[in-house]
Amino acid sequence: MKPAPFAYHRPGSREEVDQLLAQLGSEAKILAGGQSLIPILNMRLASFGHLIDLNHLAGEPAEPAVAGDELVLGPLVRQAAALESALVAEVIPLLSQALRHVAHPAIRSRGTVVGSVVHGDPAAELPAAVALLAGSVRARSRRGTRPILAAELWTGALENTLAEDEWVDELRLPVRKADEGFAFEEFARRSGDYAICGVAARVRAADGELKAAVAYLGMGGLGHVHALPPVAAEEIDGPGLHSALTEAVAELDPGDDLHASARYRRWLALELGLSCVSRAAERALK
Amino acid sequence: MSVPVRSELQRVTLTVNGAAQELEVEPRWLLSDVLRHQLGLTGTHVGCEHGVCGCCTILAGGRPARSCLMFALQAEGLEIQTVEGLASADGTLHPLQEAFRRHHGLQCGFCTPGFLMAALPFYRTAEGMSDQELREALAGQLCRCTGYAGILQAVRTASSIARERGQA
Amino acid sequence: MTTKLFGERVERREDGRLLTGAGRFTDDLAHDAAQAAFVRSDFAHARICDIDVSGALDVAGVLGVYTYDDLQGGFAERLPLLIPHRDLKSPRTQYALARNEVCYAGEVVAMVVARDRYIAEDAAQAIRIEYEPLPVVVDLEQAVAVGSPLTHSDAADNVAAHVSEMKGDVDGVLGSAPHVFKWRFRPERSASMPMEGRAVFARYDSGQDTIEVYDSTQAPTGIRAGLAELFELDWDRVHVIAPDVGGGFGVKVMQFYPEEVLVPWASRQLGMPVKWTEDRREHFIGSNQERGQIHDVRVGVDAEGRILTLDVRFLHDTGAYCPYGLIVPIITAAQLPGPYRLANYRYSFWSVFTNTVPVSPYRGAGRPQAVFVMERVIERVAHELGLDSLEVRRRNFIQPDQFPYDVGVSWQDGGPTVYDSGDYPGGFQLLLDSLGLDGARQQQAEARAEGRLVGLGVGCYVEGTGIGPYEGATIAILPDGTVSAATGLSTQGQGHETIFAQIVADELGVPLERISVTTGDTRRIGFGVGTFASRSAVVAGHAMLRAARSLREQTAKLASTTLEVAVEDLVFEAGAVHVRGVPEKSVPLGRLTLVSNPLRYAYGRDARFAAELAQRAYAKADRPLPEGSRPGLSALEYYSPAAGVFGFGMHAALVEVDRRTCNLKILRYVIVHDCGRIINPLIVDGQVLGGLAQGIGGAFYERIHYSPEGQIQNASFMDFLIPYATEIPPVELHHLETPSPRNELGVKGVGEAGTIPVPAVIANGLSDALGVPIDHVPLSPEELFQILHREPA
Repeated sequence: MKPAPFAYHRPGSREEVDQLLAQLGSEAKILAGGQSLIPILNMRLASFGHLIDLNHLAGEPAEPAVAGDELVLGPLVRQAAALESALVAEVIPLLSQALRHVAHPAIRSRGTVVGSVVHGDPAAELPAAVALLAGSVRARSRRGTRPILAAELWTGALENTLAEDEWVDELRLPVRKADEGFAFEEFARRSGDYAICGVAARVRAADGELKAAVAYLGMGGLGHVHALPPVAAEEIDGPGLHSALTEAVAELDPGDDLHASARYRRWLALELGLSCVSRAAERALK
Repeated sequence: MSVPVRSELQRVTLTVNGAAQELEVEPRWLLSDVLRHQLGLTGTHVGCEHGVCGCCTILAGGRPARSCLMFALQAEGLEIQTVEGLASADGTLHPLQEAFRRHHGLQCGFCTPGFLMAALPFYRTAEGMSDQELREALAGQLCRCTGYAGILQAVRTASSIARERGQA
Repeated sequence: MTTKLFGERVERREDGRLLTGAGRFTDDLAHDAAQAAFVRSDFAHARICDIDVSGALDVAGVLGVYTYDDLQGGFAERLPLLIPHRDLKSPRTQYALARNEVCYAGEVVAMVVARDRYIAEDAAQAIRIEYEPLPVVVDLEQAVAVGSPLTHSDAADNVAAHVSEMKGDVDGVLGSAPHVFKWRFRPERSASMPMEGRAVFARYDSGQDTIEVYDSTQAPTGIRAGLAELFELDWDRVHVIAPDVGGGFGVKVMQFYPEEVLVPWASRQLGMPVKWTEDRREHFIGSNQERGQIHDVRVGVDAEGRILTLDVRFLHDTGAYCPYGLIVPIITAAQLPGPYRLANYRYSFWSVFTNTVPVSPYRGAGRPQAVFVMERVIERVAHELGLDSLEVRRRNFIQPDQFPYDVGVSWQDGGPTVYDSGDYPGGFQLLLDSLGLDGARQQQAEARAEGRLVGLGVGCYVEGTGIGPYEGATIAILPDGTVSAATGLSTQGQGHETIFAQIVADELGVPLERISVTTGDTRRIGFGVGTFASRSAVVAGHAMLRAARSLREQTAKLASTTLEVAVEDLVFEAGAVHVRGVPEKSVPLGRLTLVSNPLRYAYGRDARFAAELAQRAYAKADRPLPEGSRPGLSALEYYSPAAGVFGFGMHAALVEVDRRTCNLKILRYVIVHDCGRIINPLIVDGQVLGGLAQGIGGAFYERIHYSPEGQIQNASFMDFLIPYATEIPPVELHHLETPSPRNELGVKGVGEAGTIPVPAVIANGLSDALGVPIDHVPLSPEELFQILHREPA
């Protein structure tokens, strides 16, 4: 299990990355944390003529920062840094909650938040969290930059709408509003494994009414957010939520695989969804 | 399929266990292989090469990392610590190592360096962790021999060994 | 006498190097050796039409590319059938490199040697093989059905062997028993999965015509003898060393895997050192597996749940080849009765080929299946008769006064299966007391009242350990007073360097830190068998005891002359021989070694003394070395047990199924374990707890998934789920020590014990929690979900 040969590029600035991608196009692959990419290379499930290693970009922030009402994460913010960040826990608690389920410390120390989002694994935590938060990424190339809403970033599992010469240098997430509560739940076979099923929930409390939305992972799709019909605060645990979630789950299209059938996954989606929304509601009402 | 081309050697400068190293490596060489076969630091073991077993865990910039999921070139400028750097120069075992010995935290010893390096950043706080917290802190490292009991006990008690020594 | 070390919780001698990164595993050696990679069949069954290696030859850095046609002599023949059996009518073993036909996905077809492993993999990828796919059989029942695809295209059917034995009158008693039940049980395929894969490093020296092989194996002596035969070299010209080995659990006890033959062969072909280090993907498709069986059981019982007769017919999946003969199903058959009296017992098994990775023992070796079947039978009998299953066990236990107890069928060594000692009712009572049965039942009742799904699972087993034929030990006292011991079997984490040193220390009165033990090095001792079947402490342990004793006698004789006292008045203590009652009169052991070895040359401080001895002897016109004596103090002894020894144990678990996630939670796990006298409790605890974790893997996490096309669907650690610390519960462990009367130390083996009953315990607990019979393992949340939420018909 050794990777096939490739040419290695170590750009020092975002502009150099633009330049390299413009030259190399589809021959090249961006290497950030590498925790998803390198296993694939080691197994020779894929190979690339060129790897562009972002790890030595000069002056890149290692920590997330708040700009206006958004949290901004550069391409080298490691999952560990985001998880340990008190700022993140305060302004985007969902991100902290989701990160706790991402693999293990030795993976999170290298893996980047942006990298996981761009990689777009339907069983991964961060794409679902980012979708629910209506986050956006900034795609850039020598041609310029453009924002892409998370939901429009992915076209399918491990596939995205970036052009051959584009890469992502920024993830922006709206900071939590006072009336919002979040929760994240997941079931995996072992601690840190990819989810069999996971769910991120956001509940907004306004005028005695609760508006919930959920995004699933491990359920086949990627980036889809289900907005549930509003309910009165006292009815959050009532039958309304159950039927709303049942409808949301019915829209999901999880497949059968070695670890779980679609039917079991749907069961989990409902069970996890119920408690997740209920916990998010509690937090929203605090 | 076309025959892959062998890529040229490139230079990488890094620090390993406190010593500066300048090496010539192929871009595709994994850090685990370079540590083992070029620097002869064979305490870092390779168990799966896809990041699940944790046998190859080292510290990169003070944080645990899978050396099988890093190219050696990516370690440019980084400070790498391996199990060989744990014990004192006079051979005195690190409290974690001593604790593993006392509590039979190892059998075949293949996963052991990975566990030691994974536990190194947090073992001082392990005493106060619940059983579940400690197990979660060590999840990501596979051991096929011990059933983890000795390892958990060792990590939990290592700081008390450090204290014993401090008092001695 | 120095404090006895036997039985002490001594820290391990091997830990120092392993903790500091100074262990030496095979891949840690020879960084500049050429590296091998292999091309393995993509198909589970196919004819090889053409192999085009030209692409590989073009890769810069490639040193050699080989296919079957390059092999000659013994290398071109099928690899050996290790353990023949009279009923093994259609054995099959593979060629080192596939010849014409491949019979499992992963079978080695071509070999590449290159400057490094990266290049070797590039070249392997460039080899083009044209296959003609053949029909594939994976399913065990299909394989024995009429018209099944054939695993081997030239075979008449897929049956390697059919074996049957009977004790008593099974048919008669089935006819007359008050109750007769029929059930089916299915343990599925799994794998040992040590953290270090296999590895071979070989260095052929053309000048000397010698070959030295470092091999991550559990049986270096057999590899050595086998390679000597293949290379047509004297044994003295072939040496095999098992250095530090990163776990084995059975998978490394084969002799040979293809790579173990090909790497040394390529070293001779190329005239350079060659190394191969198996990667994880190769391990999944190229290293042996185990466990797959299907059992059909008929049991006749009386109204009180006493088992009057048991009739078991089972299919054993042996994979594409059966290099290890019939050992696994024979063990299943012989150990199925476990701690229970069966006056009438019949087994009948078919060992069946399928187009899957070959099967050989994995920790437990057929016993987890046996215990699963028997313990499920007990539970189901109790359920059918409305009895307490714990009471049903008690009614069927072999009693302490019934030893030696003859199971009535053959053991894996060809002799009868006769238990030496044990106390099953006592062990069971200890288990229930430790569990606090009433409290556990109350906890269960309360949980159920809250709507929780909590169950109690129990499982009991007997494990035959310590089989022959023999092991040897050589021990020498060195001039500096240290003691150097060696045995032929190798070590994969069992702490042999410590427990054998404990035995030697007690005999010679030498501190533990002055004793070094080498295992698995044919340069030290060429005769031996290997590490498997929980046999090392028993068999090599007694060889150590004998060698130490012989060395002590030899040393005492010399000390008696030197100190001029009778042998009976000598005491061995603190590394010296003392005269009883005369503290100032003693001689260090190292000095005696010098005394035994008169020298001409005073090449060092100690040697000066020895040179003087020689001169003094000549001055008296004596021979420096008296007739009948020899220089040095050393002994070589062997131990060959007449029969195995049988440990036992009982596990209990309180388990819960989470209604939300359908996942298993182990609320409590209690173990009672008896392996006779314990040499080192630290190590025994470690063996049992490690075994338990592997058992939990086998019960709920680890399963090799084959597609109908014969492809493993989960050939990575992402999908073959070895538990992390988070999946293993805290364990309460209790020991009994029923000594074996069959050996002097009273010891029995422990290596496999912890693993054996776990699938049965978990399945029993889950059956109790869910109120439905669970008759296959491993289980999964998916299956628990399916039980809890059956699809409407």
